[in-house]
Amino acid sequence: MLIDFFLTLKKSGIKTTLKELLDLIKALHLGVIKFKTEDFYYLSRSIMVKDEKYFDRFDRAFSIFFNGMSDLDLEFLQNEIPEEWLRKQFEKTLSKEDRDKIKSLKDLEELMKKFMETFNEQRERHQGGDKWIGTGGTSPFGAYGSNPFGIRVGQDGNRNFSAAKVWDKRKYMNLDDDVEIGTRNIKVVLKKLRKFTRVPGDEELDIDQTIRKTSDNGGYVDIVLKPERKNQVKVLLFFDVGGSMDPYIRLCEELFSAAKYEFKNMEYFYFHNFVYEGVWRNNERREEVVNLDDIINKYSSDYKIIFVGDASMGIYEITHINGSIEHYNDKPGESYFKRIQNHFDKLVWLNPIPREDWDYSQSIDYTRFLTENKMYNFTIDGVNQAVRYLSK
Amino acid sequence: MKKFTSTDNYIATPDLELAVNAAISLEKPLLIKGEPGTGKTLLAEEIAKSINTEIIKWHIKSTTKAQQGLYEYDAITRLRDSQLGDSRIEDISNYIVKGKLWEAFQSDKKIVLLIDEIDKADIEFPNDLLLELDKMEFFVYETKENISAKNRPIVIITSNNEKELPDAFLRRCIFHYINFPERDVMEQIVNVHFPKIKKKLLSEALDVFFELREVPGLKKNPSTSELIDWIKLLLSDDIPKDILHERDENKAIPPLHGALIKNEQDVQMLERLRFMLRRGK
Repeated sequence: MLIDFFLTLKKSGIKTTLKELLDLIKALHLGVIKFKTEDFYYLSRSIMVKDEKYFDRFDRAFSIFFNGMSDLDLEFLQNEIPEEWLRKQFEKTLSKEDRDKIKSLKDLEELMKKFMETFNEQRERHQGGDKWIGTGGTSPFGAYGSNPFGIRVGQDGNRNFSAAKVWDKRKYMNLDDDVEIGTRNIKVVLKKLRKFTRVPGDEELDIDQTIRKTSDNGGYVDIVLKPERKNQVKVLLFFDVGGSMDPYIRLCEELFSAAKYEFKNMEYFYFHNFVYEGVWRNNERREEVVNLDDIINKYSSDYKIIFVGDASMGIYEITHINGSIEHYNDKPGESYFKRIQNHFDKLVWLNPIPREDWDYSQSIDYTRFLTENKMYNFTIDGVNQAVRYLSK
Repeated sequence: MKKFTSTDNYIATPDLELAVNAAISLEKPLLIKGEPGTGKTLLAEEIAKSINTEIIKWHIKSTTKAQQGLYEYDAITRLRDSQLGDSRIEDISNYIVKGKLWEAFQSDKKIVLLIDEIDKADIEFPNDLLLELDKMEFFVYETKENISAKNRPIVIITSNNEKELPDAFLRRCIFHYINFPERDVMEQIVNVHFPKIKKKLLSEALDVFFELREVPGLKKNPSTSELIDWIKLLLSDDIPKDILHERDENKAIPPLHGALIKNEQDVQMLERLRFMLRRGK
């Protein structure tokens, strides 16, 4: 039973291990909770999930698991959903009219009794129908049913009653890392790009060597210095500021402020839809164009290139001469892109459009092809992958 | 062992109580995360109070090393003493300075050990404490002794999420995320701090507070501890009764806002909002 629960969590992408499952079992043995489903929810959450960004996934998995009631071990059900809890759910949800509607079952006690009987009878998965516990039926038990007198045993949202359970509320939805992205999160991710190297010039005390030299000297202090370590990663950021990028301005700002904090050697440029012979240093003063040639000549190939853009445009803007919507370009956009790509060792493209929509846009697909599949979703997870590639 | 529950001056939600009790029963460190000012550090003190024991606090800074929690070998003093011919140098244990973890391990009672803001330290810091927190023992190389806990302390670790913690470390903890309190819980919290506060003032203050949290784009959302400070100011300043009431007329900025809003850009933004509101009329 708990193993199934554990596997469901694993399947939903929560990083949990056998050790934590054993902890949960131990906690149940120690009697940390009385048999209340809500307590079980809290307990298992604090033992199995170690990051609030996975809370929403946990909620969903928990809900799925408890929705698939018929898959459950009945013994567990009887033990873990106590009568008292069910009774409380009843009292919360029933009005007098509801009660009148039910002719076949006379009162609460009888329904309770029937519920337990049904549990004992039921031995296989069931859906629909009017007796067994399962989903979608008119039986008083299970979820998504139409019996106004039903016991709701887990379902998404509320159908007939207001018996919303914690895990169905999905309060932690915006903490999941596929959804939210914030300056701090990005900083944490970008930190992985840090590359500490010793640069000549600055010096700090080399304690180990000093001790060694001093003992070699027979106790006379001989101080040894070594160059200081500094974060040497260099980054060039290219932001798309086209109209279609407007909804993502905040996202870009966050990436920008995080990156600025993290890297001393960071330069940034703006472009519209796609790169051509020049980019802008300042989005407000577009007349100050920086030539792509200058960029390539100025920055060494170990600069890491990050493009940020939705890559959503007419395909001719990438592939055709004069394809740009703003000016006449002598060469197709892709040739400029390739020059950047050839000069620099590592390049990624962050795209704020959700990953599942990429295949439906020709220009995204083509840009992705140009980046040699180094296009990543602009979520924490995607940035994480991009950073991993860049720091390889 | 007594179970941890809300106390007279600390409101714990049921899920928090459960997490604390699970951590105590399983003898595992409890990792607490949450917005700044939601009472993470206070929790450890309250746990100590509620189960009637002492607390040892280890505040982590960016320069803190894991070793400092165990012990430090004061080589400099020993070197100096040797120059002076002090006889203490014969015994190396004279120069071993005990850390917070050692202190906690030595206690005769089951005590609470707070490791505050673990995310401030170096990224590797939690990894360096894995074994020590798991087995509750460590080895002192200088004196060749093994220190193990007489009573496993209740370890509370807080984090502000500035750095991601390593998986191996997380696996050994019980985790709880303190949610921002909802209005009714907030009311209880304020009541605990100011039992004599008038209902009307409280409700108006909470109105202002939650409205302020709703304002989009604030750099730093005011949190529980800021609300408490603010109410303290309101009460001590004996402000005119209606001042909170007037606010929607021409004050987008609540009175004595310094306690609530800690960022001058935020203040400026609220002022702009107020200006726009007035012009809109």
